[in-house]
Amino acid sequence: MNHLGLPISPDDIRRLRVGDPVLLTGVMLTGRDAAHKWMIDTFIKKTRLPTGDDLQVEQAIRPLLAGGAIYHCGPVVGGLDTQDYRFLAAGPTTSIREEPYQGDVMQHFQVRAVIGKGGMGPKTLAACGEAPGVYLHAIGGAATLIAQTVTRVLGVHKLDFGVPEAMWVIEVKDFPAVVTMDAHGKSLHAEIEARSAERLAQLVGA
Amino acid sequence: MVDFSGALLELIRLTSTDLPPDVEAALHQARSREQPGSAAAGALDSILENVSLAREKSSPICQDTGTPLFYVRYPAGSSPRRLRGQIRQAVAAATKKAYLRPNAVDSLSGKNSGNNLGDEAFPTIHFEEIEGDDLTVELILKGGGCENVGAQVSLPDDRLNAGRDLEGVRRVVLDAVHRAQGQGCAPGILGVAIGGDRGSSFAASKEVLLRPLDDVHPQAELAELEARLLQEGNQLGIGPMGFGGETTLLGVKAIGLHRLPASFFVSVSYMCWAYRRRRMVVHGDDVSYS
Repeated sequence: MNHLGLPISPDDIRRLRVGDPVLLTGVMLTGRDAAHKWMIDTFIKKTRLPTGDDLQVEQAIRPLLAGGAIYHCGPVVGGLDTQDYRFLAAGPTTSIREEPYQGDVMQHFQVRAVIGKGGMGPKTLAACGEAPGVYLHAIGGAATLIAQTVTRVLGVHKLDFGVPEAMWVIEVKDFPAVVTMDAHGKSLHAEIEARSAERLAQLVGA
Repeated sequence: MVDFSGALLELIRLTSTDLPPDVEAALHQARSREQPGSAAAGALDSILENVSLAREKSSPICQDTGTPLFYVRYPAGSSPRRLRGQIRQAVAAATKKAYLRPNAVDSLSGKNSGNNLGDEAFPTIHFEEIEGDDLTVELILKGGGCENVGAQVSLPDDRLNAGRDLEGVRRVVLDAVHRAQGQGCAPGILGVAIGGDRGSSFAASKEVLLRPLDDVHPQAELAELEARLLQEGNQLGIGPMGFGGETTLLGVKAIGLHRLPASFFVSVSYMCWAYRRRRMVVHGDDVSYS
């Protein structure tokens, strides 16, 4: 078992291989569809001008993302009325929707670990090689179990995106995941896709 | 009319936090088929641990509590309009209690309503008047990950070499399972509708998910198709979470619908392993859940 502290060094990232189970400890940021689109439009492609608290939020998340992890997750959060936030259910969401954005976000913010489910495609795999970075697969649907590893909610950005889409700053201890895409060009998802395509061809006689 | 909103809140809590016994049993069987120490076995161990913990803590099994899909069968004399109001009230209350995540997003403004109440279609509520005095409400919580990997194909389809027959249906379904890979949170359960129009076909492919996992279709042709698709889907080797392994599907449920001569749709609704569906029956003063 690999115990990894956040932020992660490039050497530690390069040591990880597809199939390795990891336990993450430290501070990470959640971010999914709205957050990725916002980062790309406002700070990377700059197709829109920053408005409202955009610049302050960028300043706040930049140090968390540098060498850190972004978690594709839209949690169920308790304490919304009192702002005494607690993660009650916090499994991963499907990552492939961020495929158009993820590689650029990794490069721009120096993100080293992307956590989600279902895996990602060639652009993200290439970024994992360059950053260097890894894709960590959490168990989809295991939301109450994973929430136990979130020890504190340190804050939230862009709550106006809605609870699932906001960027939550969380402290985790022994957050469990498996490396399914590594910094050496290997992807478990690409392998399983190819192998199951062969079996499909056999079954339908193509 | 009696106020059922409290009883409906309990239906929502139960559905979100307590996986039905047939699904849990199927997950245990799947676990026993995987090689000890494999990523697939590890994934199923975490899944089963999570199911127990969610039940114990009365906390959502999955954070994506999905689109609430209600199926209401009401006796003559009940008011669907009032039941709709009570269901919406219960949904908002369940969101406040964190049994449901606020999931209703205005597609134009991007604003989340914060209480799971959107337009008439959110939550989705189907009403049907039935014989007898009992009120039955069934609820499915279907998350976005699995909803996104659903498929609909108009036969014939040249790319799949699929014609207008059950062999064509088989090709469409296996292709859909392959395309889904682990994205829909495998091992999944398929609802397959054969025929109908685009709307009725997709609707039926969801409603068929109300069937128990271990039942057998009364029509021999469809029973055979379901069994074959289950077996062949598992032969694809996609496995739990798409990690590779023996169990890609936990079940296949199919239904045939009348169609237009010009149309032959096959619709596949993919339900994730967190197959949250529960039933509430009101019989006189008695409310029971299963």
